[in-house]
Amino acid sequence: MAVVSSRGQRIGNLLAIAAVIVVTFIMLAPIYWIVSTSFKPRNLATTNPPTILFEPEVSPFVKLFTKRVQLKPKEVVDYENAPWFERLVFDGGERITRSGKGEIQLSGYPDRFINSLIVAITSTLLAVSMGTITAYGFSRFKVKGEADLLFFVLSTRMLPPIVVAIPMFLMYRAAGLNDSHLGLIILYTAFNVSFAVWLMKGFIDEIPKEYEEAALVDGYTRIQAFFKIVLPEAATGIAATAVFCFITAWNEYAFALIMTNRRAQTAPPFIPSQIGSGLPDWTVIAAGTFLFLLPVAIFTFLLRNHLLRGMSFGAIRK
Amino acid sequence: MARIRLENITKSFGPHVAVDKLDLDVADGEFFVLLGPTGAGKTTTLRMIAGLEKPTEGVIHINQVNVNDWGPAERDVALVLQQYSLYPRLTVRDNLAFPLRSRIRKLSEADIDKRIDYASKTLRITHLLDRKTDRLSGGEMQRVSIGRAIVREPQVFLMDEPLSALDAKLRESLRSELKDLQMRLGATFIFVTHDQVEAMTMGDRIAVLNKGRIVQVGTPRDVYTNPRDTFVASFVGSPAINLLPGSLAGDVASVAQAFQMPITRSAAVEGPVTFGIRPEDVEVAAGAPNEARIHDVENHGIEKIVTLRVGDNLMRAAVPARVEVKVEEAVRFSWNPDKVMLFDAKTGLNLRGQAA
Ligand SMILES: Nc1ncnc2c1ncn2[C@@H]1O[C@H](COP(=O)(O)OP(=O)(O)OP(=O)(O)O)[C@@H](O)[C@H]1O
Ligand SMILES: [Mg+2]
Repeated sequence: MAVVSSRGQRIGNLLAIAAVIVVTFIMLAPIYWIVSTSFKPRNLATTNPPTILFEPEVSPFVKLFTKRVQLKPKEVVDYENAPWFERLVFDGGERITRSGKGEIQLSGYPDRFINSLIVAITSTLLAVSMGTITAYGFSRFKVKGEADLLFFVLSTRMLPPIVVAIPMFLMYRAAGLNDSHLGLIILYTAFNVSFAVWLMKGFIDEIPKEYEEAALVDGYTRIQAFFKIVLPEAATGIAATAVFCFITAWNEYAFALIMTNRRAQTAPPFIPSQIGSGLPDWTVIAAGTFLFLLPVAIFTFLLRNHLLRGMSFGAIRK
Repeated sequence: MARIRLENITKSFGPHVAVDKLDLDVADGEFFVLLGPTGAGKTTTLRMIAGLEKPTEGVIHINQVNVNDWGPAERDVALVLQQYSLYPRLTVRDNLAFPLRSRIRKLSEADIDKRIDYASKTLRITHLLDRKTDRLSGGEMQRVSIGRAIVREPQVFLMDEPLSALDAKLRESLRSELKDLQMRLGATFIFVTHDQVEAMTMGDRIAVLNKGRIVQVGTPRDVYTNPRDTFVASFVGSPAINLLPGSLAGDVASVAQAFQMPITRSAAVEGPVTFGIRPEDVEVAAGAPNEARIHDVENHGIEKIVTLRVGDNLMRAAVPARVEVKVEEAVRFSWNPDKVMLFDAKTGLNLRGQAA
């Protein structure tokens, strides 16, 4: 493009680049801290000043997934025949506990992680599909009191959810939904559905209704037109809404803490609960946190093309 | 093939009446044009025929059958819109196949291919078949839209300003293509437009709509030479008709207190009227009875449209291109006394039939 750029412009550009670098650095510092700590040997995790250069190891991840006990003084272990990951544990002065049959005992983390996946994925699917259908109805049909109903839908998000925690807890206990996947799924779906309705309404409003009408005239039913025309056109909006819902459900802490304890507990209340027992091993906590960050990052990354278009909320789409 | 009849159709949106007691009878195989300014209710009428909108009152017949309760799919009509009628994610071929793949049609893939082949040859879009529709120009898109209607071999083609988003040149060529197509298919076309040139050049008959009502139905010639009122007279024809206030005594017209001119009488009208005279019926010639000044000259190639100033009144006349005129020059003019239209000064209704 322009070949001639004044000195002032060049300096401006340099300043902008510098600012971006500084901001990026500040933003990424906590992430770097989590990631690096999860690969550190335990004794380097809490040094002051922090250790920047070290030989990365995976022992924190091994510890994250297994139950371990401290080696007793003078306890003899079969170091030579142990698998590679158990040796890492031995090096830390611990051994992995085994069942009577000699199977390795897993820590609570994998189950909690799977719980998180079950709850977040299911509630996201539910909230997005219910939100899309509801938004379609509001967008395409004359609904009596549409504005009031939409406001009502949104008003469920105006109270901080934690305000209703105690009544919810009592209701859940009475209904037997405490500490169950279903309970959390219902809860997170209810959180997200109002948001999904609003977001999807905006996206569906942007899709010209002429497309569906053409399909109707061409011999399709409204439902067929919805699946064949509206859904593909709304893909961008659905992706954006799904990411939002997934992040909310994945990161939710307070209700998960109150409503679950073992069977259905998700990762967010579990990770900090490890801090309580004795001297915390920060490398293990960092490893758990690091893995916990991955699904959202991967999900967002996979949908990034949709998101970039979706986040403009129809401002760019005609 | 189909005859479409609307009987006393009214459509209200809340308190707003978009279409008011409309009666229409479109013959089988007719190219019928709905012409009117914006907001006249043309689209609403078309959507009711398509079944996308239910009339508040009245009955729609297709081939003598009351179709009020039929959905759009059952009516076997094809719809072409000004825009947005192609599915953006599909290729041209898939767009053409889309209506044929509907469950109600149950066509074999071989039949589908045959029809796509025929339609794309007819519309000269064969080379575009594998393109995504968002890579098409406006004219190509409209061709494909029309193709998507043709492949269905419907009883009726409904078109809502299909050409109005295109540039003038393209509009002109598609206009004759469409007319040609309709004659070959022998199908009934209902064509909505606000462009009177389209209406005049394509329509077998024209219905002029205004504010939800039909003002006049007739052949293009009818509507042009014998408009029902000043609205139709000024809506149809380009350059527009001259409408001048004045009064009539015997067969002498006194126009706008500026000049007098004879007219051929065919009705017993006296007193105040509005005179209507089309620019081509005003003659600028030396020795003509009245004097005017040239106010403005527009060069249209084969002719010039000059605006004459008589007193405070402006009046347009079509003159051959070879006539040399200059702005503010004094000229003499007359009008064709056979072609003067008379409208009621208050209601605007035509007070006499014009000899065709
Ligand atoms: N869904 C609707 N809700 C409320 N009013 C409507 C609706 N559709 C049309 N109208 C109104 O009905 C009247 C007729 O509209 P219509 O679209 O039929 O006009 P048109 O003749 O097609 O005009 P244009 O040339 O601008 O397309 C307009 O005043 C319009 O505002
Ligand atoms: Mg319209």
